[in-house]
Amino acid sequence: MMTVVGKDQVNIVARVTQQLYEANCELGEASMLRLGGNFSIMMMVAFAGDALELEAMMSSVADDMDLRVHVDVIEGQLHAHSLPDVCVHVSGADRPGIVAQVAGALAKAGLSILDLESDVAGSEQSPIYVMQIEGCATLGIEALEKAIVDLDKNGLDVSLNPIETLIG
Amino acid sequence: MPIKNILTYPDVRLKTEAESVVKFDSSLHQVVQDLEDTMAEGPGAVGIAAPQLGISQRVVIVDVSSRKKIKHHGHLVLINPEITQWDGLVTGREGCLSVPDYTGNVVRAECIHLSAFDIYGEQQQFEMQGFEARAVQHELDHLDGLLFLDRLVSRRHDLFKRKVYQK
Ligand SMILES: [Zn+2]
Repeated sequence: MMTVVGKDQVNIVARVTQQLYEANCELGEASMLRLGGNFSIMMMVAFAGDALELEAMMSSVADDMDLRVHVDVIEGQLHAHSLPDVCVHVSGADRPGIVAQVAGALAKAGLSILDLESDVAGSEQSPIYVMQIEGCATLGIEALEKAIVDLDKNGLDVSLNPIETLIG
Repeated sequence: MPIKNILTYPDVRLKTEAESVVKFDSSLHQVVQDLEDTMAEGPGAVGIAAPQLGISQRVVIVDVSSRKKIKHHGHLVLINPEITQWDGLVTGREGCLSVPDYTGNVVRAECIHLSAFDIYGEQQQFEMQGFEARAVQHELDHLDGLLFLDRLVSRRHDLFKRKVYQK
C-alpha cells in the first residue's frame, strides 16, 4: 500500500503514476483526494522489489514535488469487494467527538464501515460537520435504526437508508 | 437448453444498439427461453437483456418479485419496450451481470410509464416505480448499447433519497 501526501498542486497524480508505470508497477484499487489543501493518495501497487526499493524509486518525484511517500507491505486482494447494504448520513453543528460517538454507537449495533467521508462546512463562526458512511449491517438494519434514535437525541441529524443493489 | 455465456465488458456487442423485433415467432420464443434459462442461473439478477447474450434484439426480462416490500408487476418479458413518461430522480446502487465485481451509483427516474409487447405481439402498458422502474431502465439501456458504467455518479454526490425518522 503506497501512501502519498503533499500540498495540493497540479500534476501530482500524473507524475506519481507515470513514475510507477515506468518502473513496471501495476496499480490496483486507489483512493485519491484533496483534504484540507493537501492531496492524498492511497493505492495498491504491485511491485517486483521490496518496500524500500519502491520508496527509493519514488524519491525523485517526491523531492521534486515535496511529497511524502510511504510504503507498507500488505496482503493485497483484488476482486474481493464487499457490498454495502446501508448508508448513514450524519450532520450537525461541529463539536469534538462526533465521529467517535457516531462510529462507536454504530459499531456496537453491528455496522462494519466500508467507506466514510466527512467534511467541515458552514462558516468559520458556526461550522457544521457532515458525514456519510457506507457499510454492512452485520446485526441487521433494525439494530442500527435503534442506535441512531439515541444519536439523534444528542443534537445530531442522523438518517439511515438501506442500499438495495440492483444486478441486471 | 445449455446456458448461454453472458458477454462481459468491454465486449463491443454490449455497446451496440439492438434491432427491433418484427416477427413474434418461434425464434423469438427461443431467444426468450435462452434469456430465462440464463437469468435463472445468474446470481440474484433481477433482469437480463438479449444483447448480454450477444443477441441484437430488443428483448428483456425483468423480475423483481424476489425483493420484499416493493410494488412490482411480477415476471415481465418485454419486447420492443419504450419508456413514454419519466418522473422524479433517485440515486441507487447498481451492478450488472456483464460487469462482474463492480457496483456504483446511478441516477434513474423514480416513476416511469412503459409500453412494450408481449411474446405474442400484444401491446401492454405499465406504470412502474422504484426498484422495478430502475431495473427496467437498466435493461433498456442494454438495448441502446449503454451500460451503468456510462451513467455512474460520484459517491460524494449525496443524492440518496432520505428517509426521515420522527424524533
Ligand atoms: Zn446489466
